[in-house]
Amino acid sequence: MSTALRTHAPRKVFDGFGRAVLASSRYAAPESADELATVVQQARSEGLSVTFRGSGRSYGDASLNGTGLVVDGTRMDRMLSWDPVSGVAEVEGGLTIEGLWRRTITDGYWPHVVPGTMFPTMGGCLSMNIHGKNNFKAGPFGEHVLDFDLVTPEGERIRCSREENADVFYAAIGGLGLLGAITRVRVQLHKLASGLLRVDPCAVGSLGEMFDEFEARLPHSDYLVGWVDCLSTGAAIGRGEIHQANYLTKEEDSLGAVGFHTERQTLPTRILGFPKDKLWLFMRPFFNNPGVRLINTAKVLSARRNHGKKYLQSHVGFAFLLDYVPNWRLAYGAAGFIQYQVFIPAKEARAAMEDILRMSQEVDLPSYLGVLKRHRPDAFVLSHAVDGYSLALDYRVTPRTREALWALTRRLTERVLAAGGRFYFAKDAVLDAEQVRAAYGEERLAKFRAMKQRLDPNGVLVSDLGRRALGL
Amino acid sequence: MSRAFSKAVVIGASSGIGESIAKRLSADGAHVALVARRKEELERVREGLVNRDSARVYAHDTSHFDEVPELFDRIVKDLGGLDLLVYAAGVMPKIDEGEYSFEKDRQMVEVNLLGAMAWMNPAAARFEAQRGGTILGISSIAGERGRRGNPAYCTSKAALTTYLESLRNRVSRYGVNVVTIKPGFVDTRMTRGMKGLLWLISPDEAAETSLAVAHDGSSPVAFVPARWWLVALIIRWIPSFIFRKLNL
Repeated sequence: MSTALRTHAPRKVFDGFGRAVLASSRYAAPESADELATVVQQARSEGLSVTFRGSGRSYGDASLNGTGLVVDGTRMDRMLSWDPVSGVAEVEGGLTIEGLWRRTITDGYWPHVVPGTMFPTMGGCLSMNIHGKNNFKAGPFGEHVLDFDLVTPEGERIRCSREENADVFYAAIGGLGLLGAITRVRVQLHKLASGLLRVDPCAVGSLGEMFDEFEARLPHSDYLVGWVDCLSTGAAIGRGEIHQANYLTKEEDSLGAVGFHTERQTLPTRILGFPKDKLWLFMRPFFNNPGVRLINTAKVLSARRNHGKKYLQSHVGFAFLLDYVPNWRLAYGAAGFIQYQVFIPAKEARAAMEDILRMSQEVDLPSYLGVLKRHRPDAFVLSHAVDGYSLALDYRVTPRTREALWALTRRLTERVLAAGGRFYFAKDAVLDAEQVRAAYGEERLAKFRAMKQRLDPNGVLVSDLGRRALGL
Repeated sequence: MSRAFSKAVVIGASSGIGESIAKRLSADGAHVALVARRKEELERVREGLVNRDSARVYAHDTSHFDEVPELFDRIVKDLGGLDLLVYAAGVMPKIDEGEYSFEKDRQMVEVNLLGAMAWMNPAAARFEAQRGGTILGISSIAGERGRRGNPAYCTSKAALTTYLESLRNRVSRYGVNVVTIKPGFVDTRMTRGMKGLLWLISPDEAAETSLAVAHDGSSPVAFVPARWWLVALIIRWIPSFIFRKLNL
């Protein structure tokens, strides 16, 4: 770039996926790793802070930078190579999960780990070390990365793997994009025997019952996820539905290779008879306490009716629930929502999560969506996973309730910390540096800070999340 | 919706309506950033403010567009935020009968229009992100028709009026108020020496009305004084073949 970024870079308003936090920033959208390195170098020379942004799927302010430059990596979205024998894909950082699976599924490969939406980029998946409904078994996304290139603000391009620059490998995966830009990734995919999963729905009458079912099903599940009705009270608190999914063997699948065709891996075009593109408009009037209570009751009744009725579903249909209704986030209204995901060790999780549901109900700020998942620890420096459970909670934000909601999350955070829990930065919009220190421990944070000092001594890479939660 | 302003930047604050708006904002307790080309004039204005300690001056030529992004950021940082941007900078050099000066035309377009865009872009982005704020642009009754006396001035103000309308349509859904003020004749350096000016008002009167409109937030476009609305309505409807014969 020949012109100064400070004076000539255009400005754009970026939002977190929850739309409750926004920031206007200068931005640039390089098309190659070299161009990205040049932009970052120039920003550094101008004293401008830099934040990397992929598809903007982090719910909070992880890819926002109210006082600097946002570097949009989505133009670097090529698949560099694909080996259908070994199942190894080499891709640029801006390629999305969708771009990846669409290319590999026809050869019978599926990413080991996918989130609830297919739109995050590889750079985003690595930087947040995303997890899926199989975290208890497959670990986070980073565990299936073979190697990647990290472009630092100092202009270095570091090749990282478990053997080469291993310390950078374990810090940059889950490093929130604060150590460098992930411009190239080699990832190992999972060889499927079938394009279908066998899904077993299970209605549960309370959160306690849900935990019991989870523990019983864990040893023989490939995927396990629980929907929690966060408005249910009393003995039924935390009632909901579990979906267990298992890979089919070749013998169990009558479709054979046909099941790998992309036209078999689709999402429904209509939901409840509505064209899905406009469904969020229909949902909007229901996104209040009485409306969600009504919807949840209907879901509970439906869950009871479908209890134990196993069915077959495509990988896409099972994995990407969040993509069923495009723009569903708009149904939360102008002030958006926050997602607050807590990770609590197994022994403490049940009691703490019941408390969280109860505390939210007591101040009339129930979560409109609760999702329970099982996790296991991993070796990454800023790992959010614990040997336990996570509960992801969506809270609607309105101008009237915003202050009370933030106050509620402060109390919930105290409860989570007392249970030895952690949080997930891709979802976070509320934690402060002290709470993060309590959750992650000084040792981990010191290790991360030391790596940042080594790779980014001038502190060029800063996001609004980094400022708020890590005190950068 | 009534809005109170606590952190404001006024571009074109060294004289005329801009100076009066800055004074009024300061008197109302706002922290004000004064921006204009001449630093000594800005200092004079600052000295006259009720809360001079909470005002800062920034020398800037509005035609130096490249300076705006950094200066805007600096002002926001110095004020600790921003909830009002006033663009009151404007020039109207005298154009003699039979004179055709691109230099003068360019100056008017740069100061009256492009400078406004340079400042309003970062302000609109910031206000959209913070879901609130007010942009107040001083346009003119002169933008209602293309008068023979000063084509570039009329053009610059008509374009500014349209730009403000577009901006309003773009950001009002995010709680941002964009106000267009269309003064008639105001007793400023710009009108000095002109004879027989209709309904001439003082800059203080113009400032008071402008800020009242911005405070109130219910009317996006206001003529100052309000009776110019009727004049604007009439002149907009005068057929072109008649309008070109009038000595306006």
